[in-house]
Amino acid sequence: MAETALELDNVSAGYGETVVLEDIRFAIAAGETVSVIGRNGVGKSTLLATIMGHTTLHGGTVRLHGKDISNLSTYRRVHAGLGYVPQEREIFPSLTLRENLEVAARPGTWSVQSVFDLFPRLAERAGNMGNQLSGGEQQMLAIGRALIGNPTVLLMDEPSEGLAPVIVEELARAVKRLAQESGLAMILVEQNSRLALSMAPRAVVMDRGHIVYDGPSETLRNDPAKLEHFIGVVKA
Amino acid sequence: MAASDPTPMRERAAEYLLRRHRFRAYEALPWLIAIAAFFVFPDRMTFGSQVLIMIMFALSLDLILGYAGIVTLGHAAFFGVGAYVVGLGAARLGYTEPISGLVAAALISALVGFITGWFLLRYRGLTLLMLTLATAIMFQEAGNLRSDISGGYDGLPGLVFQPLLGKFEYDLYGHTNYVYALVVLAVMFYFVRRITYSPFGQALTGIRENVRRMHAIGSPVHLRLVTVYTIAAGIAGVAGALFTQTNAYVTLTVFDFENSAKVMVMLILGGTGRLYGAFAGAAVYMLLEDHLSKLSPTFWQFGIGLLLVLAVLFARRGILGLFEDASAYIAKKRSKP
Repeated sequence: MAETALELDNVSAGYGETVVLEDIRFAIAAGETVSVIGRNGVGKSTLLATIMGHTTLHGGTVRLHGKDISNLSTYRRVHAGLGYVPQEREIFPSLTLRENLEVAARPGTWSVQSVFDLFPRLAERAGNMGNQLSGGEQQMLAIGRALIGNPTVLLMDEPSEGLAPVIVEELARAVKRLAQESGLAMILVEQNSRLALSMAPRAVVMDRGHIVYDGPSETLRNDPAKLEHFIGVVKA
Repeated sequence: MAASDPTPMRERAAEYLLRRHRFRAYEALPWLIAIAAFFVFPDRMTFGSQVLIMIMFALSLDLILGYAGIVTLGHAAFFGVGAYVVGLGAARLGYTEPISGLVAAALISALVGFITGWFLLRYRGLTLLMLTLATAIMFQEAGNLRSDISGGYDGLPGLVFQPLLGKFEYDLYGHTNYVYALVVLAVMFYFVRRITYSPFGQALTGIRENVRRMHAIGSPVHLRLVTVYTIAAGIAGVAGALFTQTNAYVTLTVFDFENSAKVMVMLILGGTGRLYGAFAGAAVYMLLEDHLSKLSPTFWQFGIGLLLVLAVLFARRGILGLFEDASAYIAKKRSKP
C-alpha cells in the first residue's frame, strides 16, 4: 500500500470562533487523486484552507507524510510539500506570466520549462503581464505556479469555475495527465460533480462541515439517486 | 513530464530575461540631465547636491513603499541615523573620512532598520503607520534628551570632513559634493535596480499585491519584508550621511515628521514602484520648493499642496504615469492606419 501523503485526524476548524468543519477524518495516499464535492457552503474550500493553515484549528491534527504540520505557518507547510491552487487564482497582475512562475519556484523536478510542457499555451504568453491573461490562462498559470513549488500534495479549489467548456476540457486533460505521470497526491474541490467524478477514482462528499461519503467515484456516477441525496442536484 | 525540445524555449527564455532587465536608452536621460546640470548651472551645485540626496532618499522609500507596499511615516528615522553617524563621528570622535563614514552610516542605519523592522513589520495599515512615525519621534527625542551628545536642536554645526579620497577638497560652490553625491547615487541606483529585477524583487511585488498568496506559495513574507526594510534603511542612512557631509552640519530636524512626509510626497508626485519616479518627484519638488519659496517665503507650501492635489486627482500614478499614458496614446495613434 502506498504511503499516506496527507492525513486529517479528527480535525475541527473554522474562522475565528465559528466552527465550519467538525471531526474530519481523511487521508490520501501518495499518487492518489481525490475529488471533494458538495453543495455550496458545506466546507469544501474551508477543508483546503484548513490544510493550508488559513483557518483557525479548533482540534485535531494535520499530518503531511507523517509529520504534524498543524502548528506550522502557511509558508512552512508549502516548504513541507503542500501546493495550493486558490479558487480566485490570484495571479500577480504586475508580474509577467514567467515571473509569476519564477516567484514561486522551489528546487525540484518542476521548472518553468516543465510547466510550459504541461500547458503549451502558457509558453506563448510568457511575456504577458498577469492582468493580460484570459481566465483559462490564469487558471493554468495558477496550477503551474503551485506545481513549480514542487509539492508532493496538490490542492485545487474549483479549477473549472467560470471557464468555457473547451478550456475546462483542456484543464481536465492536464490534470489527468498530472495524476497519471507526476506521482502527486491531489485533492480536487469541484462544484461541477460530473467533472469531479470523472477526474478522480475516489470521491469525498461533504455536507454541513462533515464528510458524508468517502468511496469510489464510480459508485456515485452509477447511482444518480445517491448523488442527488448527497448534493441535491444531479449533474451526472 | 520532461521537455520534448527544450533548447529553443530556453533560448527564448534567456532572451526574454535579458530583454526585460537590460538598460533602455531612455534610462540614460536622468543621468545625462544630472551631468549637464554640472556644466550648465555651475553655481547651483550646492542645491544640486541636495536634489541628488533627496532622490536617493526617495529611492530608498520607493523600495519599501513602491515595491513591497510598506506604508511608513517614519522613514526619516534612518535618514537621521545616517546623518548622525557621520555627524557624531566627526564632532565627537574626530572621525572625518567621508567614504568609510558613508559605509558606517549604511551599516548602522541598516541595523536599526533590521531591529525596528523585525518588530514593526508584523503589523500593517494604520498600526504600522503610527509605529513607524513613533520610531522617528523616539530617535528625535532620544537625541533631545542627550543634547550634550547630539547638540539638540542646535545640532552639530561646522563639521569638517577630510578631502574626498584624500585628494578632492570641498569647494565653495559644491562641485565636489555634487560629483560625490552623483556617484554615490549611481551606485545606490544600480544596487536598487538589481534588487527590483531579481527574484527577490518579484517576491516583493507579489507581497505588495497579495500577501496571503505569497504565504501560500511558500514565500517567507516577514523575512522578505524585514530584508527590504533593512536595505532601504541602509540606503536612507547613506542619503542622511551625505546630507551631513555636504552641508557640514546636522540638527535633530532630520528626524522631523516633515522630512518623512516630504519624501513620501516626492515619491507620490514622481510615481511609486518605478525607480525613476524618485528622480522625477524629488527633482520637481525641490525645484518648486526653491522657486516658490523665493516668490513667497511664507506661502510657498500652497504651491506644493496644489500640485499634490492635482497629482492625486489627475495623475494617480505620478509624473511618470502621465508619461507612460502619453506614450501609450501616441503608440496607439501610430498603430492606427
